Amino acid sequence: MSRASLFVPLGLFAVILVLGYLGFRLDDPHRLPSALLNKPFPEFSATVLGSPERTVTRADLVGAPVLVNVWATWCPTCKAEHEELMRIDRESGLRIVGVNYKDDPMKAMRWLVDFGDPYEFVLEDSDGSLGVELGVYGAPESFLLDAAGTIVYKRVGEINPRIWRDEILPVVSRLELASTHE
Amino acid sequence: MSDRRPARLRVLTALLWALTSAAVLGGGFGPADVWADGPVDAFEFPSPELEARYRSLIDEFRCPKCLNTNLSGSDAPIAKDLRGTVRRLLVEEGMSDREVRDYLQARYGDFVLYDPPFKPGTWVLWLAPAAFVLIGLLVLFRMLRPRAAVSLSAADQARIRELLGNTDA
Repeated sequence: MSRASLFVPLGLFAVILVLGYLGFRLDDPHRLPSALLNKPFPEFSATVLGSPERTVTRADLVGAPVLVNVWATWCPTCKAEHEELMRIDRESGLRIVGVNYKDDPMKAMRWLVDFGDPYEFVLEDSDGSLGVELGVYGAPESFLLDAAGTIVYKRVGEINPRIWRDEILPVVSRLELASTHE
Repeated sequence: MSDRRPARLRVLTALLWALTSAAVLGGGFGPADVWADGPVDAFEFPSPELEARYRSLIDEFRCPKCLNTNLSGSDAPIAKDLRGTVRRLLVEEGMSDREVRDYLQARYGDFVLYDPPFKPGTWVLWLAPAAFVLIGLLVLFRMLRPRAAVSLSAADQARIRELLGNTDA
């Protein structure tokens, strides 16, 4: 046995250490990578909260970048996020469309009256079937769509000022820049 | 160190090591039936065969909200919804098992599959066990290989005696 081979166990130990570090980083393991990123927003048909006679499809989401926000009145984080959505709607001019996920329409309308309505319109998804199409597994979740209806960004969890500034705004600016160059 | 042990003992040690490694590697492939019985939904199925396919599919998928529970074992609302979705796809859409798998994977990603697909991001995961077995076999082979007897010249033996301070021999 050569002297160098005595260091093989130490090398192995170092490899295990690195793998362990990578595997047990303090990442939130509840965050799933989105399967729908860079894919077209799925086809759907849903009624609009507050006007059940109005049906909305995927065609109503294309044309300009839009933030699709999945929310519910039973979700405390959605309450925390709501103020930021109101601010984004006031200050940025970005279209925001809501998906009221597994909720009671009456409570949802009450919520929008009480806390303000940042949404252009809200889709009703009482049974969560649109949620399944979107790969939603909790609320809130948000999708940013480009003008062609492709999902260019997904956020699981709340949108707060930091997420807006660091993650969403840069993508929105890029989309707007791309559309002016066309 | 091991060369002072008799050959039979060396074989035994090697076997023990092999068994231990097999146990460690095998531990990663726990059977699905160790999970406790989960919630039962009141679903009706047109045929027992369809119900059996439904049961095996919901055992196979991982609940997206839970870290390590399958769809059948979880009472999370999303798991319930997805069980309903699997039932709908099977009964109303008449999908094959493969189509149901593709449907869920397209929406929830590889996370819902307990068997991740073989692709650039996962080849280490799939090949590591085989690599460990190979390394183990290599070590085993080296341990069991008979060692050549060392023959020392008279001059070497004299030098050994000198180093050991045994000058009177």
